Amino acid sequence: MFEYLHLMKSEAMVLLIIFILLFIKLGKGLHNDTLLSVVQLLLLCTVVISFGFNDTGRVFNGMFLHNTLIGFQKGILVLAVYIISLVCSNWFRQTEHLAEVFVLMLSALLGMFLLISADNLLMFYLSLELSSIPVAALANFDLNRRKSSEAAMKMIMNSALASGIMLFGISLIYGLTGSLDFAQIWGQVKTEPIHMMAFVFFFAAFAFKLSVVPFHLWTADVYEGAPVPVTAFLSAVSKAAVTFAMVNVLAKVFANLSGSWYVLVVALSVVTMLVGNLFAMRQDNILRFLAFSSIAQVGFILVGVSGQNEQATVATTYFMLVYVFSNLAAFGVAAVLLSEAGITRIEQLKGLYARSPFLAWALSLGLFSLAGVPPAAGFFGKMFLLMAGASKGNYIFIGIATLNMIISLYYYLRVVRLVFTSPDKDVASLQVSRPVIFGLGICIAGIIFTGVVSWIYDHIQSLV
Amino acid sequence: MNLLWMVGAPLLTGLAIVLAPARYARLIALGGAILQMALVMGLYFSFTHEREVGNVFPLLFEKQYQWFPSLGFSLHIGVDGIAVAMMMLTAFVVVAGVLVSWRMEHMKKEFFFFLTLLAFGAYGFFMSMDLMVMFFFLEVAVIPKYLFISIWGSGNKTYSANKLALMLMGGSALILVGILGLYFSLPPESRTFDMAKLAETGIGFEIQRWVFPLVFVGFGVFTALFPFHTWVPDGHSSAPTAGSMFLAGISMKLGGYGCLRAATYLMPEGAREYANIIIVLASIAIIYGAFATMMQKDLKYINAYSSISHCGFVLLGIGMLTKTAITGAVFQMVSHGLMTALFFAIIGMVYERTHTRLVEQMGGLLKVMPFIITAMFIAGFCSLGLPGLSGFVAEMTVFVGSWETQDVFHRTATVIGAMSIVVTAVYILRAVGQVAMGPLAASGEGVEDARWYERWSVIILIAGILAMGLAPFWLYELVSPGVDVIVNQLAGE
Repeated sequence: MFEYLHLMKSEAMVLLIIFILLFIKLGKGLHNDTLLSVVQLLLLCTVVISFGFNDTGRVFNGMFLHNTLIGFQKGILVLAVYIISLVCSNWFRQTEHLAEVFVLMLSALLGMFLLISADNLLMFYLSLELSSIPVAALANFDLNRRKSSEAAMKMIMNSALASGIMLFGISLIYGLTGSLDFAQIWGQVKTEPIHMMAFVFFFAAFAFKLSVVPFHLWTADVYEGAPVPVTAFLSAVSKAAVTFAMVNVLAKVFANLSGSWYVLVVALSVVTMLVGNLFAMRQDNILRFLAFSSIAQVGFILVGVSGQNEQATVATTYFMLVYVFSNLAAFGVAAVLLSEAGITRIEQLKGLYARSPFLAWALSLGLFSLAGVPPAAGFFGKMFLLMAGASKGNYIFIGIATLNMIISLYYYLRVVRLVFTSPDKDVASLQVSRPVIFGLGICIAGIIFTGVVSWIYDHIQSLV
Repeated sequence: MNLLWMVGAPLLTGLAIVLAPARYARLIALGGAILQMALVMGLYFSFTHEREVGNVFPLLFEKQYQWFPSLGFSLHIGVDGIAVAMMMLTAFVVVAGVLVSWRMEHMKKEFFFFLTLLAFGAYGFFMSMDLMVMFFFLEVAVIPKYLFISIWGSGNKTYSANKLALMLMGGSALILVGILGLYFSLPPESRTFDMAKLAETGIGFEIQRWVFPLVFVGFGVFTALFPFHTWVPDGHSSAPTAGSMFLAGISMKLGGYGCLRAATYLMPEGAREYANIIIVLASIAIIYGAFATMMQKDLKYINAYSSISHCGFVLLGIGMLTKTAITGAVFQMVSHGLMTALFFAIIGMVYERTHTRLVEQMGGLLKVMPFIITAMFIAGFCSLGLPGLSGFVAEMTVFVGSWETQDVFHRTATVIGAMSIVVTAVYILRAVGQVAMGPLAASGEGVEDARWYERWSVIILIAGILAMGLAPFWLYELVSPGVDVIVNQLAGE
């Protein structure tokens, strides 16, 4: 029993929070402010518990695997949820069904925990479902906005399609190898066409979840339509979880096919970076802009994944940590601007500095980090992904990736420039509430220190 | 002394600027700049002292700190004479830049913070002996320039800022691909980013042949290598005064220093392979820049185009691969840095008073602002290579060094380079004469001469120009051992 609790401590903690929320809802209920503070406090405890005291071990007949790296990855996910609960606190306080929102969000988080811990295809599939269906429900939570319902609809359709494709891949693998266990499948996957087909189906499902081009079409609409916290959750937490799972599965299950999937990953990476960047340039809605920028970032993650070595795992984990800070800084500011000033378009960012220097700086730092400009942590994140990718010796690919960094710089800098331009007319200054300042403060500290302090990278390296 | 102070001082200054109220920003920035200058002077004296007592080790004050050890990086710092010279140049330009911007009102906290961040990047760049760390500092210095131009700039600033940032980032992308290619082409046991180790073990010619052009052209973009010079005129003319001073005075030198240190020193065989192409491109830049300057009517454009021509001398000196020529290239970097910073400072002062930068709308300004215009004469004479000023020393050394190689190709290039001096004299004398002499133009009525902070800014830069122009031997003694190391590497020893 103790072993279960020890290895599944993050899961147990999240489950506990879910039950607490349900009990509060069953009873008299609490005022939103109080409830939000309680949830934030509990999440903070979960962050601490997840990062610390990690051990290696398996439970449930080896279906559930926990080790120090997985523990760290779970820590990143909870940290992201905690930051979201802070930076989007304006939206959370105004919503009518706060308890339900968190129950759904934490259920999805639980699914993600199980997803990256899964060591068995069945477990993998179930947790993938658990991590995506609640998010679709969440996307619909702006109840009186039609776009929100549209987003939920698109989300659920796409999730269902992706799940179906993945299930087909899984069934092929089961048919070919006679096992669902990762360790047993590993030796039996060969470079035969039918095995390749199973892999392609499997990979397509990942591509859907990560919005890799050409499976990205749902992304922009869902990001725009869903409430901002849900968008932030999708772009940071969900993306991080699927990336961790993908790196894990590619290395564990499809290692024998590595020569074939290298080509696939490189091709998809190039297309994803290009399409994400070129479309991001033309967006005028902030959330759509961030959606396409996150597509381009996924293309960059694939550069690291293509390295196929230990360093690729480390670099991806490190990049996701950095990405969580940078992306949530940008989304946090977007959330405040939307709820306080109704700002949705990029041109409306003009003169943001005059309204609130703090928000202007938080947004700029986030975008600098996303663009990969030093001393922001994003620079190191991208550099290490490039290094992981370059170890294969494919320098044309690395050249294309660095060129894409330059393209992305163009549109990130465009936003930064607008932020610092003087406004046309006098504008009222924006008030930023304390939790938001705290949340953005965590992001800023993360952006500045995760990079230059090499200890964090070394720590991740030591976990592998 | 511990070199980390050289990056620590700007970092602490920047932190203080962020934390203190806005009205103290300029005071803190000035204090920090003077502190950096004192540190650099201390560095110079302790460096020469070490040399006097017979320490012949090429790198002094060497330190190695752990920084991402698992990836092969380390914060390996150390300076040779060339680096000390470049850091002195940086210190001079930083103090002058802060003083010139004394009256900056718009977002002054951010302005001085970025100024300090640029200094941080430059100092770190010059002292790093690790390719990745060098690259990090190079990149640190790019984005503040973009913000300088797009926030505090003038004219077509959006276009210029984008052009500058994208071209410089393009240059750094080439460098990055080059560095990564170099690292992963080496056999796994000797993989390192440490320049000292790389120079010791040597890099195979097959690798040098494709990495050298990437790294050289990448750094070349920063130092206006033809045909990647097009960001220079737009960027310089749209930037605010201190921004232009930094851009031309320091930032372009990052490129020259990188070409020398990361490309030529590490990959001597590659340098020999491509030397002729470098010489051709440098000659084109020199002569093209000079003729393009003749057609300019705007003072800032004049100085920007002449920078292309002058930085061509740096690349020409490097391409010649002889000791005298490379020494000349280093001299030219220092000289051009001081001279062009002075010129931009003066253009800023003149523009602030006359509200125009067009030469034809000015005239007779010597009568109303004698101090500023005298300084402008000095900058101009330095630019056209008047003996006694730094420009003469630098260009002369480059020419002597290039003449040493006795074949038609090298001599033709030298002659072309030397001819540009005549063109320089034409445009400088025409522009300065028009601005200073003749009847007082309408734009010059009721203006006053330099204020105290402007005077000091000018005096500091002129002091540097004179120190180098009248007594070049100390600079020669400083950089000569460093150049020897590079030349030995080129000779294959």
